[in-house]
Amino acid sequence: MAEESRTKITHAGKLGYSFRRHMHERFIETFLFLSALLSIAIMLAIIVMLVKESLVFFQHVSIWQFVTDTQWTPLFDDAHYGIMPLVSGTIVSSLIALLVALPLGTIIAIYLSEFAPFTVREMAKPFLELLGGVPTVVYGYFALLFVTPLLQIIFPELPGFNLLSAGLVMGIMIIPYVSSMTEDAMRAVPMNLREGSYAMGATRFQTAIRVVMPAAFSGIAAAYILGISRAVGETMVVAIAAGMQPNLTWNPMEPAATITAYIVQVSLGDLPHGSIGYQTIFAAGLTLLLITLLFNIIGHVLRKRYREIY
Amino acid sequence: MKSVNNLEEIRKIIGLHKKWDLIFMITGIIALMIAVLTFMALFAHMLIDGMPRLSWEFFTSFPSRRPESAGILSAWVGTTLVMLVTAFAAVPLGIGSGVYLEEYAPKNLLTEIIEINVTNLAGVPSIIYGLLALGLFVYQLGFGQSILAAGLALALLILPVVIVATREAIRSIPVSIREGAYALGATKWQTVSDHLLPYSSAGILTGIIIGLARAIGETAPIITIGALTFIAFLPPSPVKSEFPYVSFEWLTAPFTVMPIQMFNWVSRPEEAFQLNAAAAGLVLVVMTLAMNGLAIYLRYRMRKNIKW
Repeated sequence: MAEESRTKITHAGKLGYSFRRHMHERFIETFLFLSALLSIAIMLAIIVMLVKESLVFFQHVSIWQFVTDTQWTPLFDDAHYGIMPLVSGTIVSSLIALLVALPLGTIIAIYLSEFAPFTVREMAKPFLELLGGVPTVVYGYFALLFVTPLLQIIFPELPGFNLLSAGLVMGIMIIPYVSSMTEDAMRAVPMNLREGSYAMGATRFQTAIRVVMPAAFSGIAAAYILGISRAVGETMVVAIAAGMQPNLTWNPMEPAATITAYIVQVSLGDLPHGSIGYQTIFAAGLTLLLITLLFNIIGHVLRKRYREIY
Repeated sequence: MKSVNNLEEIRKIIGLHKKWDLIFMITGIIALMIAVLTFMALFAHMLIDGMPRLSWEFFTSFPSRRPESAGILSAWVGTTLVMLVTAFAAVPLGIGSGVYLEEYAPKNLLTEIIEINVTNLAGVPSIIYGLLALGLFVYQLGFGQSILAAGLALALLILPVVIVATREAIRSIPVSIREGAYALGATKWQTVSDHLLPYSSAGILTGIIIGLARAIGETAPIITIGALTFIAFLPPSPVKSEFPYVSFEWLTAPFTVMPIQMFNWVSRPEEAFQLNAAAAGLVLVVMTLAMNGLAIYLRYRMRKNIKW
């Protein structure tokens, strides 16, 4: 009798234990699942927030005016809402940055991956990583107070705020991102491809350019795309060194505001929530997001299309 | 006769190709030097300008209209508190998300969407996170221009960094560890919490440190939520003398952070303030370099010590 009840109890206990254990597992899995879903929630929240405020903005301003007007003076009495001046500033500063970052980043990556001795690589990689960790506001300070005076020695007529110095410093800033991703892509190319190339009598340079780089193309494309998004979305360097005056120009020697610098300028002021000035930064932000998303999609297509499988 | 001629030609071609090798090698070293020298120039310039301003008073004074008595007290206190919020939000969510994607997620469309989305989030400009925080945290949820809103904005920003670091650290643990745990009757979560997380802790920590180092230097999102640039008081203390000893009033307090303080000083025309900016920049750079250096060291040790 006693025996029987005891087995019963342990049986029930086991069931209860198993049940609790099961519930515990399910509870944790749910928490983990929700935290994974959060990333989608963030993306949706970004899009909803930007589109919602922009829609209100576009009730006041037609999209046609937004795209074609050549002046951006939303805070003046004579308000114009043409995004072009901000876009031109963004394009010019990004182009300069990319002209610096893509060639230098690629050369450094090829050198580190294919040429450099082990010790050089072990020293250079952490150093580049540190370079990428320097806060952008510090780079802005450097552009305004070191690079611009330096450039003014060469071009005496260069104004204190200009796109050139902001773009150059931004380029240096982006080098680590481009070089480290490009190098990772090149190092992922299997050794036997290189060995095959060397066996055919190719030199290191030929192997790097004609065998390794094409094989790593999808990874290199991803690195370039990331560099472009960084340049387009970079804020503090341009806000500090390129000035905050919207200026429709393609001349890097002039001061001009970028999309991001405009957002900073408005945020520094005291615009009431819900005013049209408040909504302009969301419209500007939406433009910025669309540009970076466009590049991300291009990168995704390139990666899919040219992915090499070994 | 002809073959000798050929050999010489071939040698010439090889010599030419070898020359290109050399030229490229020199180009590579020059490119690397440009990066190194720029960094040196940046650091030296800041050191020369900012070093004389660095003193005990600089850390214990509030910003002021007189540059020589201005300090970064409210800025570094603000940065510390904002980082606290960021770490508290980003670490559990980032690790949770990474663990789910690596260990739990079934192979389906939703998982793939989440994975692509994490990559996309990493490419979204930081100022966009600022706009999100402005609309959502500051106005919709009513947090105001507070430490809480800023900390959460930066948490969203570094979430992808923590997720990716967690995934990579967990992925490098061999399957045999999991199989061993399951064979002894461990549940999935027991396997994760008793084995996978401890073994990958160094890798995850590295990711967290890199993420926080990035968050410390981020200026744009915090400016966007409307943080004030001139704060001459401290947020209410988190520790109290009477029960319950801790207070969360500081979460809703106005604040400023190091990079904003520096930005404020840089954008003033007086040179004396720009010296202050150099000093603040020096503190900021040393902080981020120390954190990144710690991360690099951790990774180096990890690579050396772990042999599965």
